Order: sequence, then structure tokens, then C-alpha cells
Amino acid sequence: MIEIRFHGRGGQGTVIASILLAKALFQAGYQVQSFPVFGVERRGAPVEAYVRFDKENILIRTNVYNPDHVVVQDCTLLQNIDVTRGLKPEGWIIINSPVSPDDLAPFTGFKLAFVDANGIALRNHLGTRTHPIVNTPMIGVFARVFNMPSMDAVEAAIREEVPAEVEGNIKAAQDAYNEVQLIGLIKEAGVDKA
Amino acid sequence: MKRVLEGSQAVAEAVRLAKVDVISAYPITPQTHIVEFLSEYCAKGTMNARFLRVESEHSALATLIGAATTGVRTFTATSSQGLALMHELLHWTTGARVPVVMAEVNRALGPGWNIWTDQTDSLAQRDTGWIQLYCENGQEVLDTIIQAFRLGEWVNLPVMVVLDAFFLSHTYEPVDVPDQEPVDHFLPPYEPKFQVDTKDPRAFGSLVAPNAYMEMRYNIAEAMEEAQSCFQKIEDEYKGIFGRRYGLVEPVYCDDAEIVLVTSGTITSTSRQVINDLRARGEKVGLLKIKLFRPFPVDIIRQILKSIPKVAVIDRNISFGASGIFAQEVRAALCNLAGHPLVFGYIVGLGGRDVTTDVLEDIYWRTKNNNVPEKESIWLGLQEV
Repeated sequence: MIEIRFHGRGGQGTVIASILLAKALFQAGYQVQSFPVFGVERRGAPVEAYVRFDKENILIRTNVYNPDHVVVQDCTLLQNIDVTRGLKPEGWIIINSPVSPDDLAPFTGFKLAFVDANGIALRNHLGTRTHPIVNTPMIGVFARVFNMPSMDAVEAAIREEVPAEVEGNIKAAQDAYNEVQLIGLIKEAGVDKA
Repeated sequence: MKRVLEGSQAVAEAVRLAKVDVISAYPITPQTHIVEFLSEYCAKGTMNARFLRVESEHSALATLIGAATTGVRTFTATSSQGLALMHELLHWTTGARVPVVMAEVNRALGPGWNIWTDQTDSLAQRDTGWIQLYCENGQEVLDTIIQAFRLGEWVNLPVMVVLDAFFLSHTYEPVDVPDQEPVDHFLPPYEPKFQVDTKDPRAFGSLVAPNAYMEMRYNIAEAMEEAQSCFQKIEDEYKGIFGRRYGLVEPVYCDDAEIVLVTSGTITSTSRQVINDLRARGEKVGLLKIKLFRPFPVDIIRQILKSIPKVAVIDRNISFGASGIFAQEVRAALCNLAGHPLVFGYIVGLGGRDVTTDVLEDIYWRTKNNNVPEKESIWLGLQEV
């Protein structure tokens, strides 16, 4: 079983991102479970959501403590949240950021990928300059990093779940799939190219 | 067709498929999404029901008692404080013998104000004469809601289908949503055994003197008992059409078990994982899931547990001054059996605290390593305060 943790801010569609990923993975033949952190959501405040997937039925119904990978929808969260909390060694950290983080030390022992999801969202008219909607690009990135679910499955999930700007969201997911930068495993001495 | 649905939407889909005539509910977290889905279905014409907006849960149930008395199918949903506010009318629903169906999303009672899961709200209503069915996943929620209408309408009692806040109500997972046609076959339109005629109004609900009241109560008690066999027949039929059955209770690996965990709600699902892991390490552990809480299936529980040395009952609820409520019921069911099992009672997960695989394993080892229970109720995971 693989467990994914999403970090975002209230209003960014973080919960929808986790649902989209679950639906795309279900399309790809996996058993899935997705849920938000069970709290009171406020706009702009840090939020978390989770996805579990497996070829077998998923029995466990508890919070996720040791995710295999994390998705960070807003790079400003890196300043005050430890996104590596409980993360398994060599897990991927996928960050929405136009550039690679300056300081790679906090990511030592994990794999890093980044994508300019804000830029992609704006280019595809998703949200506004101050509030770009980045969840569909982040799912496109996930599909590239893990080579699954297929972009067909991602497209089907977007068509099912996203109420508006469907074509723009599909295009954004595809753009992010193409444009993500895979840095790979961060070693203490330096960086391995993926 | 299987779709990835939120637990709340599994409830709403079942209500849609059941072709409910009248819905009345007052929103409260974590039940809110159920009400949102249903009001949207009614607004869009996906469902052809009357959705009656009211100013409180008390009025929601009062509305449905009135509607059901005229012979229509009715549904409501609530949680916690909302259910507590309905308390007077919970009794009334039963006494009036109208088969209202309710989805009850388990939420802790305040204060301290808490929106997270805890079974005390529904279990505190155990003496109101509502049938209570506890579910562990979205599929079971959908199936049980559909079955609840058949059951309630058969025995003329209200039915509460209970699901955990968030761990079930807000969790998305694949759920097989049946087509309308087989559901129509399984659940035909409601044919009330009695109803008031709105075109010929009469006085209703007059005084019942001591010479008749006791018989009316006895009839309710009998209907409650009958609900067990009726539910089994309903499940047989449901399995024939939809391929799924759950049982009043479900024993897992109980035949050779030395310790059986007794569970309800989503803790059952996580416990399945835990007992699989423990079995793989050679531990003789089993699981007894209790789905039907009212009526309490005493005979079948006795039958399953009679030769088990130790039973560990896991309660996400507390009756202050007594113990966990499932533990009380299991003890009462077993006490007249000669040489009955030792019953260990554990209090866990109140107010939404997570019941992890580690907590469940801890329960197993404590039960194994103690010859007798240290206390009637063992509270796990308490922090120093």
C-alpha cells in the first residue's frame, strides 16, 4: 500500500487534489481511499489531505503518519511546515515552485521534483494571479514522477470531478506532466540527477 | 457501477435509490454533506422528494413523524447534539410505529466542543426503540440504508444507520452504486399497514390508560425481536440480487481463537488488518463485528463467544459510572452462560482520537498478558494532565 500526503492552503483545492488523484488511480485499477485532515478549514491556513492506494482492498481506516510521498501545493509552506514529517526514506517531495529550493539540506535522503504550477494554472486561465488553482497540474506531475496513473486516467478523473474549465484543467495537467523538473535523490554530498 | 464516493454521498445515493418521499433535516457537522447532496438532488430533480427545511432537529423529526403517519417513505440525518435534541421525538417515532430512517453520523457530545467521531451520541439513545445498525465502510453504508427501509417498513419501527464521523462520512472510496431497477425490485413503494387519510382528518394520539399501554409496549418489544429474523431474510434477498451480505454480527477467525476482539464501526475495518497481521505471527486471535446493536443479537453472540477464553470489547464511547456500552451489552449477553468468557473492556478513540493499528495490537497483548481484567474499563492512551 502506498500513502500520499498533500500539503496546501485552505482555498487552494488541496482536498479536491486528493480526490482527483484517488479517482485517477481508481481508473488505473487501484483500490483507493482519500480523506482530508479532519479539522475546521480556514482560507489560507495550512491544510492536509491524504490518499492511500493498493492493488488489494484497503482495510486500515486511520490517519496517515508515515507517507511514502508528499505533494506540496504551495512553496511558501516550506517556511513554517516540516513537509518531511514522518516521510519514508527516499520518498518523493513534489513541490509547486518556479525554481528549485535554494537550500536542499532539509530534503536530504528524499527525492525532489518541482514544477511551476502557478505559471501553468495562469497560462490556462485557472483561478486568478493571487489565487491560481493548482490541483490539476499537481496531479499531472504525480503521473509523470510515478509513471502512473496514465494521463488518460487523469483526464477521466478531471472530467468526473472538476465542475468548470474542464479543458483548461486537462491542458494544465498535461503541461505540468511535460514541464516538471525531476531533481531526484538529495544526498548529503550533492545531488543525483534522476 | 463502482464509483469513488464520499461516505456522505453513499448515504445520499442510497436515499435517492430508495425513492424517499419526504426528507427533513437540519445541518450539523459532520452530517452536513449528506444534507447538501440530498438538497441538491431535490433541487435538480434527480430525486422527486419533498425536502422540508426546518429550524431544528426536533422539528425535522416531528415533520417526518407527521409525514410518515400519512403513509409515505421518510428520511433524516443528524449527529451528536442534533440527535440529543431529537430525543423526545425518538421515543415518539417508535410509539407511533412509523418507519422513519435516519443516518446518524457519530460525533462527540459537547462540551468540550468537538466535531469528531465518538459513539456515545447514538448509543445514549439505545432505549428509544430505534433499530440501530453500525457500518464500517461506504459500501456497507449504501447497502444498509437501502435495507433499512425494508426492515423498518416490515416491523413498523424506525431505523438508525450509524457511521463514524470523518473516518467514514468524509472518506472517499470505491462504492458500487446499483442501478435503479434492481433496487426497485428489492424495495418496492412503501405500502403502509395503517395511515391517516388527510382528506378525512380525525383526532389522533389520544390518552392510553394502564389497561392498554403495557400491551402496546409489549408489541414494540416483540417487533424489535422480530427485526432480527426479518433483517436476516432481507439480507438473504439482498445478497441474491446484489451479491453482498453483512450479517447481524460477523465472526472472523473465531473458531480456534483464544482472544476475540469485539468491534463496531470503522474500528472493525482497521482491526481486520491487525488480526491478519497477528495471525501471520501465529497469534490465535479472532474478531467479532457487531453490526446490529438494537435489537442486541444475544443468542448469536453467545453462540460465537461461548467457548472463547477471553473477549476484548473495544468501545469508542463511555457510559459514565458504568463502562463502555458495547462491553456492558456483551457482559449481559454472556453472564448466564456457565463458564462464560472473561470480558475485558477498553475505552479508546473518544472525540475522534485515532484508533491506530498500534492501539489495537496493544489491546490484544494486554488481554493476552493479563489473567483477569485489571479494571472494568481500561482507558488506553490517556496523557498526563
